[in-house]
Amino acid sequence: MADTSTGLRRRDALASRLVQVGFLAAVIVLWYLAATRWGVNRLLLPNPVAVFDNLVDILRSGEYIDDLKVTLGELAAAFAISVTGGVTLGYLVSRSPYAIRVFEPLFAAIYAIPIILFLPLFVLFFGLGPASKIALGAAISFFPIAINTITGFGTVDRSYVTAARSMGASDYHLFRHVLVPAALPVILSGLRMGFTVALLSIIGSETLASLAGLGHRIVHLAESMEMARMFAYIVFVIAIAAILNAVVSGLEARGRRN
Amino acid sequence: MNAPASPVVRYLARRPWAARLLVIAFLVGLWEIAARFVVDPLFLSPPSRVIASLGTVFATRGVPAALQLTLFELAVAFVLAVAIGLVLGLAVGLQPFVRRSFFPIVLLLYGMPQVTILPLFILFFGIGAASKIAFGVTHGVFPIIVTVVAGVQNLKPILLTSARSMGASRWQIFRYVIFPHMVPSFFTGMRLGMSGVLLGVLLAELYVSIAGIGYFTTLFTQNFDPTKLLGLIGVLAAMAIALNAVVRRAEAHFARWRAG
Repeated sequence: MADTSTGLRRRDALASRLVQVGFLAAVIVLWYLAATRWGVNRLLLPNPVAVFDNLVDILRSGEYIDDLKVTLGELAAAFAISVTGGVTLGYLVSRSPYAIRVFEPLFAAIYAIPIILFLPLFVLFFGLGPASKIALGAAISFFPIAINTITGFGTVDRSYVTAARSMGASDYHLFRHVLVPAALPVILSGLRMGFTVALLSIIGSETLASLAGLGHRIVHLAESMEMARMFAYIVFVIAIAAILNAVVSGLEARGRRN
Repeated sequence: MNAPASPVVRYLARRPWAARLLVIAFLVGLWEIAARFVVDPLFLSPPSRVIASLGTVFATRGVPAALQLTLFELAVAFVLAVAIGLVLGLAVGLQPFVRRSFFPIVLLLYGMPQVTILPLFILFFGIGAASKIAFGVTHGVFPIIVTVVAGVQNLKPILLTSARSMGASRWQIFRYVIFPHMVPSFFTGMRLGMSGVLLGVLLAELYVSIAGIGYFTTLFTQNFDPTKLLGLIGVLAAMAIALNAVVRRAEAHFARWRAG
């Protein structure tokens, strides 16, 4: 009985994998047919084979390295700033229920604004270079991190704190062995959200106004109508983003377990 | 902590919103001082002047039409995102096999940084409203699909079975079992979808625009006119906060029956 049901389940899982693979294959075949047979303009939809060749060429020649360095450097700086600021401020606010009630709605309201709107201001202040992207990325990713830090530290069960205190825990011990472990899962998911939006806003601001970086490269190729190469870069950036997000999710899952 | 508090402190202690207003006033004050005495007036202008000149922003030829156009793009994109998201969400979520097959694909697409394909949208849909609407839809539709799928998934099978055993028709099951259960998560999806649509439309507007908000933010930036730029951005930000508050209310309202 149990055997047949696991067997069924395995067959079901295999079938859904097949559907997924089939779906992706169908998309690529349709793309190929549209580009080669159905006469869709090459400027709108390049041949997937040409895109693949370009991708191989980009990876082999290493011309992506400069732009990748710029983008990753901006990302690292922006994330470092927002983590430091968000966790510190979030912790300070979370120390008092009153401060939580004052600041949490404020942060939540600002979080609802699409901060990308302020990009023109950031460009005015910090120029077209990396500084404006770092500032924007840090500003956007600050809010999910701060909000989750407040929630994480703010909702630690009071009885844990009382119990630790009555057993004679010092401030440091309370922080290290009660508050941090209890708050960590929520804070970690805030960090993951912050990382994702920082990545998005940095690539986005590079697309909108910049001098270098992967987003800039894609726009540059679009403007010079090198479609196959542009598609190849899009695939490249999506792959990079997927890898980064997978790494961050992995780290988050690992941090949760400890 | 328990020292005899002054009336002001006691007043504030009971009203966090008043303290919140004070914090906002303090920040605006900082901005005012920085803009008047520290920062070059070409780059930043004080809030007092921004507010005083809100009238001239709206009097600028084309700005009301641009706001209207952007609102129109937002509305169309939101309606399309909700309709498409609902249909796709139900199509993917209702059958376990379909869900296991296609939900990972949806999540994969949702996790993709869509800004990278923004230039493609302009190529496909032109530089007018269509590209903004399309980009707004692709940003808004995924959170809606995901929450609809999650909402349908939480449906207890026993409810479906009992409805069916009592002879409910397909439509009745949808109307009286599935639909009420979906409503709370549907509104969460609407809120997330709304912020997605806002993001998508504004990104496309800022990338290239001939008549919408993006055209004027570019114009004011290039003319080094921070007063008008801040006024325009401020109005849009206020709109975003208001929209979010409305959808949040609706979400809380429709989730009530569950809590009770």
